[in-house]
Amino acid sequence: MKTKILVLTIFYLIGSFNLSYAANSEKVDQISKNLRCLICQGQSVYDSQSDFALSMKILIQNKIDEGKNDEQIYDFLKSKYGEWIVYDPEINKNTVLLWVLPLILFVFGGILILRKVSIK
Amino acid sequence: MVKNIKLIAVVFLLIVSFFILLKGLNKTNNYSPNLNSSKIDFNFKAKFLYSDEESTLYELINDKDFSIINIWASWCLPCREEHSFLLNLKSLDKLNIIGINYKDNEINAKKFIKELGNPYSKIVVDPSGVNSIELGAYGVPETILINNNSKTILKKYIGPLDDKKLTELKMIIKNEN
Repeated sequence: MKTKILVLTIFYLIGSFNLSYAANSEKVDQISKNLRCLICQGQSVYDSQSDFALSMKILIQNKIDEGKNDEQIYDFLKSKYGEWIVYDPEINKNTVLLWVLPLILFVFGGILILRKVSIK
Repeated sequence: MVKNIKLIAVVFLLIVSFFILLKGLNKTNNYSPNLNSSKIDFNFKAKFLYSDEESTLYELINDKDFSIINIWASWCLPCREEHSFLLNLKSLDKLNIIGINYKDNEINAKKFIKELGNPYSKIVVDPSGVNSIELGAYGVPETILINNNSKTILKKYIGPLDDKKLTELKMIIKNEN
């Protein structure tokens, strides 16, 4: 019985240690999911375990501790690494088609359906 | 007639999309840093490799006209390759070379310098990699040329230096003034 408790305690301790090690603050997770890991292929900073991404997460935590809000952190990183680091592309002349095309298709499709219905 | 228009439209669309995709293929997908925001924020502190004192990078770069900030690590093989180029740059009077030791073991870093020579006038350590991100760096090795008077980044190289980059660096330093 005693050994059983001991073994369980040890497992529990290992588990809780891992948990505390792995747990970034939720805020860091949330921000890093929106950041592209620039040196990885198709991964976010959140997903990646590369040196770059790990440092980035520490930096985000530091910035949060300094009292910066999300917007300020994104802006800071954009100023360092450019627009490419965030997944959400901003609306500018290069991306306007990207944003408007779904709308156009939606309206176009709607017109098609309306015409089909009204013909019947 | 209606059928014809449809056919023409489809063929036309296919041709247009073909050329759009063709253009996309030729576009290089590698991200290269643009230097639009060449002003850098030097506002961070780092500890020296050879002492326990700290310094802001702003203080580090202040004594000559140009600075090169080189991010390196002893575990980084390309850093070994580019080391001779840094040693070569050391001879320039107007330039000081500052090393940032990235995510390294200090003992290994000192061994690396002892083995290959020291091109740096000062070396600071960056154990967490956060300072390098403040500089907008991607990893090791990376080299940033700064004009100390205007506090702007003149050039940034991701990856090891080579003959071509070395001549380019020297040209920039020669032509600025």
